[in-house]
Amino acid sequence: MGFIDVVQFVLFVLLLTAITPPLGKYMAKVFEGERVWLSRPLGWLERLTYRFSGIHEKEEMNWKKYAVAFMLFNFVGIVFLTVIQMVQSRLPLNPQGLPNVSWHSAVNTAVSFVTNTNWQGYSGEVTMSYLTQMIALSVQNFVSAACGMAVAIALIRGISRRSSSTIGNFWADLTRCTVYILLPVCIIFTLVLVGQGVVQTFKPSIDVTTLEGLKQTIAVGPAASQIAIKMFGTNGGGFFNANAAHPYENPSALSNFLQMLAIFAIGAGLTYTYGIMTKARKHGWIIYGVMMAMFVGFTCISLYSEYSTNNLFHQAGMMEGKETRFGIFNSVLFSTVTTSASCGAVNAMHSSLSPLSGGIAMLNMMLGEIIIGGVGAGFYGIMLFILLTVFIAGLMVGRTPEYMGKKIEAREMTLVILAILAPCTAILVGTAISAIAPAGLSSLANKGPHGFSEMLYAYTSAAGNNGSAFAGLNANTLFYNLMLAVTMFIGRFAIIIPILGVAGSLAQKKYSPPSAGTFETDSGTFAILLVGVILIVGALTFLPGLSLGPIVEHLMMLKGQSF
Amino acid sequence: MKQSLFPAIRIYLFFTILLGLAYPYLMTGISQVVFAKQASGEFLSRGGQLIGAKLIGQKFEKPEYFWPRPSAVDYNPLPSGGTNLGPTSADLKKAVDERRVKMKAANPDSVGEPPQDLLFASASGLDPQISVVAAEYQAPRIAKARKLPQEKVGDIIKQNTESRQLGILGEVFVNVLTLNLALDHAQGIDTAPVLLPVATPSATATPGPTESHTS
Repeated sequence: MGFIDVVQFVLFVLLLTAITPPLGKYMAKVFEGERVWLSRPLGWLERLTYRFSGIHEKEEMNWKKYAVAFMLFNFVGIVFLTVIQMVQSRLPLNPQGLPNVSWHSAVNTAVSFVTNTNWQGYSGEVTMSYLTQMIALSVQNFVSAACGMAVAIALIRGISRRSSSTIGNFWADLTRCTVYILLPVCIIFTLVLVGQGVVQTFKPSIDVTTLEGLKQTIAVGPAASQIAIKMFGTNGGGFFNANAAHPYENPSALSNFLQMLAIFAIGAGLTYTYGIMTKARKHGWIIYGVMMAMFVGFTCISLYSEYSTNNLFHQAGMMEGKETRFGIFNSVLFSTVTTSASCGAVNAMHSSLSPLSGGIAMLNMMLGEIIIGGVGAGFYGIMLFILLTVFIAGLMVGRTPEYMGKKIEAREMTLVILAILAPCTAILVGTAISAIAPAGLSSLANKGPHGFSEMLYAYTSAAGNNGSAFAGLNANTLFYNLMLAVTMFIGRFAIIIPILGVAGSLAQKKYSPPSAGTFETDSGTFAILLVGVILIVGALTFLPGLSLGPIVEHLMMLKGQSF
Repeated sequence: MKQSLFPAIRIYLFFTILLGLAYPYLMTGISQVVFAKQASGEFLSRGGQLIGAKLIGQKFEKPEYFWPRPSAVDYNPLPSGGTNLGPTSADLKKAVDERRVKMKAANPDSVGEPPQDLLFASASGLDPQISVVAAEYQAPRIAKARKLPQEKVGDIIKQNTESRQLGILGEVFVNVLTLNLALDHAQGIDTAPVLLPVATPSATATPGPTESHTS
């Protein structure tokens, strides 16, 4: 690791911090329903959406109504995506004449894209027609991100409103997020990406004769428009199989740098949005600070591991599964960015990372992707830990815990614990079943502890709605398609519904002004306690699993042992 | 329930048209005008024939050409991908040891060990680039096979070296395909390559660059 790598790292963190306030402020205005500078050029589109859909956007919803609207919209998405994939051979815009997708792969992919996971059991360029990529996958890239944002905003309203029975209108949140935030940034980002060399064409694959006279068929397609939202929406589903390692998805160091920024941008901005909407800006910065401290810490461990010598190959900084234009540093940084956020795009093959770097990627996801996290999902994820921290602090001083002037009581804590435990359970139980089922073991590509890591990574990625993989695992089987679909479903909705319940419950509460005994949430003590709670919950739950996978593999590697 | 189901279906339909059709078509339209070359994939042609894309690596095995990195998909882009072999994989160890022996045998006049990017496979299987040391390592073999002075090969590597973007981002590297085209060009083996703005399959039959801009 050289000086120039440190410069890139610092530049990345500084730029992210610099765009957080303006973006956060803009998003707060959008969700408060205020006029923004894009209201003039795009207001008609918002109004057209409501009129076309027969929606009364001013109607306030209680949390149950909000949750029903949310679930119905996602249910429609799952059905639509499954059907499109299963009939794509009869539809237009399929220049390669690709066949229909198998039912279990279609269901897996539908759940995957609706839950913002974008786990891909298939290879894009040889499975999905251009039409499927566009009207099925690309659309979900947008709306699954907007759904996550809507839930985060509903939770913020729950915290900031007093004695209120409602938490906003789901359709309005969905529409405003899509029209004023996601679509405009993606239009600009698409053009930037195309300028760097990402393809955007409806032409079929192109045959060339190489300099040595071999035939090569080069897949192209309308990729850039999808990749823009893939990053900003923390979706991560690649147009091509190699994802952001493919030269047509991520052609240059600049496109790579901007894609990493795009992954974090909205999630980081939301911490500022929260500060504005609850009039607690310092607390917003504390949340951002905790996230960044953990991000930098984990990235440093991952970099240290990757630059250490592998005693089996006698090589430090192995280039296996990495691209020349990114090198070691930008591959490792991308791996921690994509797993901290629930993006799941990869510019290097995570399976070939050093054991502890792969382990850090897993740990990032296991902690619930609360370091910036998925758009919306990262915010409501860290709110779970904040409420838990406030609750524990309350227990320690023997006082009813309060957060932002709201008493935190048994009902909220029950829901919070449910939302924290659901994905953990899905990961551990799913991995355990796969480790004893013949159908689970027959898909492994690597032997020894790395084989176990492949399974653990798959369930972690699915439950965290991340979508990256130790991709040696052959996941396009009936067993994995269905197991992982269930895991993704739990990882999304078993968090969101309790969160909306918490939002509804908090909104109803009266405001109680802070007193001398109130635990301050904008102090360094709070930040340290929060980090402690996150690490303890993560470590207690997953240390045994990580020990059997990456940690034992690291020790074996030091001995020069191969499998 | 019912009260929300119809809006759910209708708004889904609306977003499908807006984000699934209007948005990608609009972006393709603008891209094909503003960045016609990049949006189509930067295809290169020589002597009226499509010979590859600048960003997609291709296989080279002949001694007179620079070799690219090992590829898990043998430079066949359907589909792209890496080996996904882990850091303690015995299969990977075996493959790397074999590549090292092969690389040394093919470059008897080169000094030192083969650079690691020539031994380890890329992530996409289509990596178009190699490090500068990997190119320099192969220079003696190429000079010999082409009967060129070694300094000349070194100069061509230098001319084709791409530095960090904006001076700080990414790595320093050479593009294998353009490097090999430059080698051929230096010896007058073929005419200079032409960058095609838009490449169509039929362009392989009709010589010369095509100018049609369709999306």
